[in-house]
Amino acid sequence: MRIQFGVNGSRRDVDVSPMRRLLDVLREDLRLTGTKEGCGEGECGACSVILDGEVVNSCLIPVCQTQGSSILTVEGLARDGRLDPLQQAFLECGGAQCGICTPGMLIAARALLDSNARPSRDEIKEAIAGNLCRCTGYIKIIDAIEQAASAALQQGTDQPG
Amino acid sequence: MPDTTTAHSPRTLSEALDLLAERRAALRVIAGGTDVMVLLNARMLEDREFLDIWRIDELRGITDEGDALRIGALTTYTQLISSPLVRCWIPSLVAASRTIGAIQIQNRGTLGGNIVNASPAGDSLPALAAYDAELEIGSARGTRQVAFNQFYTGYRRTVLEPDELVLAVRIPKLAEGERDFFRKVGTRRAQAISKTVMAARARVREGLIESISIGVGSVAPTVIRTRATERLLVGARLTTEVVEQARECIANEIRPITDLRSTEHYRRTVSSNVLARFLRQLQADSSM
Repeated sequence: MRIQFGVNGSRRDVDVSPMRRLLDVLREDLRLTGTKEGCGEGECGACSVILDGEVVNSCLIPVCQTQGSSILTVEGLARDGRLDPLQQAFLECGGAQCGICTPGMLIAARALLDSNARPSRDEIKEAIAGNLCRCTGYIKIIDAIEQAASAALQQGTDQPG
Repeated sequence: MPDTTTAHSPRTLSEALDLLAERRAALRVIAGGTDVMVLLNARMLEDREFLDIWRIDELRGITDEGDALRIGALTTYTQLISSPLVRCWIPSLVAASRTIGAIQIQNRGTLGGNIVNASPAGDSLPALAAYDAELEIGSARGTRQVAFNQFYTGYRRTVLEPDELVLAVRIPKLAEGERDFFRKVGTRRAQAISKTVMAARARVREGLIESISIGVGSVAPTVIRTRATERLLVGARLTTEVVEQARECIANEIRPITDLRSTEHYRRTVSSNVLARFLRQLQADSSM
């Protein structure tokens, strides 16, 4: 079946079997391999993407359910060669080690900051509870999200008008 | 091998029910996908033809019907958590929803899906049992009401016919003076499947338990109401002795098994501890 959807701001059109996972269509058909597969059963969050404003596990979404949707993957976070404040903060705080969980962590954190610009540490922990990391112990990731939130607020107040 | 899987994605309920009437058991229904896709990914499903009901907006929404809330089957856990109506009138359903998976699952998993998936460990189910919820079930033949506590006939078995869908759940509101309780015990707070999960509500008047209902999951082939323990407690005064009797009663009444998540002994002990915690809360509230 033909699926038309928006991916990272551009319109895409794919011819796919309806029950294929969104994860596979992103990685194999659209060559957006930033989104990772971890467990394939909705436990680890490595395949997180933002679908119509909500963070979801793309391994649990049959592509037929995305007709006309708008999808953000980790490739869509940087704009015009500039990193998202979250990506910058992950770099500065050491929020990434082996890197397999990082795209999902960034996406879950983006979904959080989009709905809550000033999250508490507990709210950050809750927002990434569905994203497993086996390297960092989470502390650096939480630090990075906290730093990105305050950087974004800072930038907001610095801008004239 | 070419993929011959097909999916129907109707926008209206009547289209969906007509397809079910026509194709019956050949169709596997999928909503938010948090259970079906796990099986599909593990190649544990034989189905080649799917009925995708995710876009049927008629099955969404929470409405106040006076003495009860009507919750559409496709309502997600995220929608339950953020609903002021559900927070106010069925707090244990909100508490349960917050313990299901993490946000990625809460954004897709639906109340109707938790019901028809029929796992004894479904975390929303003890609240539906304790609140005496009623299910609205539809097919091309018409609509019928089934008491939630009569929906399950055995392990992962329900009274749902192959041409039927669960359309909505009607849940009586917490009554004036009633207390509500929810507790899930799993390995960790997020993403864990329950070892035992309990929802309850009760009303205490002048130190006596006037009414109590207790729903428990993960301790029997289906979610259950612990009727013997309820009978023991109704009319009783909340003394330390009564709490001890209730602990013993519920430990004997449930039928847990030992599996990869926990042991039978642990489940009996912890379920009775969880009930004792609720009873002590009631005791504390009523002596204030």
